[in-house]
Amino acid sequence: MRQPFEIAGTTLTIHLPAEIDHHNAEGIRCEADRILKRKPIRRMVFDFENTDFMDSSGVGMILGRYKAMRFMGGTVVAVRVNERMRRILTLSGVYKVIDIYEDMPRQF
Amino acid sequence: MQQNEMKLEFDSRSCNEGFVRVAVAAFMTQLNPTLEEVADVKTAVSEAVTNAILHGYEGAVKKVTVTCRIAGQVLEVRVEDQGKGIPDVEKAMEPLFTTKGDSDRAGMGFAFMEAFMDTLKVESQVGKGTCVTMTRQIGRENKFERQ
Repeated sequence: MRQPFEIAGTTLTIHLPAEIDHHNAEGIRCEADRILKRKPIRRMVFDFENTDFMDSSGVGMILGRYKAMRFMGGTVVAVRVNERMRRILTLSGVYKVIDIYEDMPRQF
Repeated sequence: MQQNEMKLEFDSRSCNEGFVRVAVAAFMTQLNPTLEEVADVKTAVSEAVTNAILHGYEGAVKKVTVTCRIAGQVLEVRVEDQGKGIPDVEKAMEPLFTTKGDSDRAGMGFAFMEAFMDTLKVESQVGKGTCVTMTRQIGRENKFERQ
């Protein structure tokens, strides 16, 4: 099985679980922050391929990582976002600060 | 379906959040909802239950009650805790307001409940607990496309 946290060069790709709520957002946050402390990450990619549920706890986790990355001069994108997740990201204003792609962009 | 009711009581552990929203989703299937309606209700339930666990009890393990009622095509979901209560409900319901700004809380729980349900009522008493009541009419076109 693919590792949920994948590092390639200075890019950290986080393959998100099927459901992101208060219960598991915390674990993702801890692991992402641990990696950010140890590795020179410049770009963070949230991969929503397998995700079909996210509540505001997931939104908080993403916005928190966005703030950390911006503080270090890095960027954050969300990829393979389905219609439902796009609605959540739009409603919460996340789309205003991070780029959202329906597919996996070629440059990654 | 004229009337039906169910009640769940569970420990305020975050691992129960997934189970509770799936239980509510399963209960509402008798209304023949669209996938979108199910997803909307699941999100709203997740927000209310997270609030009870995270803010109501602040990590202590006590009981949260979720009651679902069906009357005609309307689903009512009530989420109750006997936790610390909300001193200023109006303030708490403002989008982006959070008392836990240092721990990645988006401050969007109530905003999500309002967006995904038709009605939202919050009753709270400091030291006594909070009761969130939400309703959603099922079997209507997309909530965001009507008007």
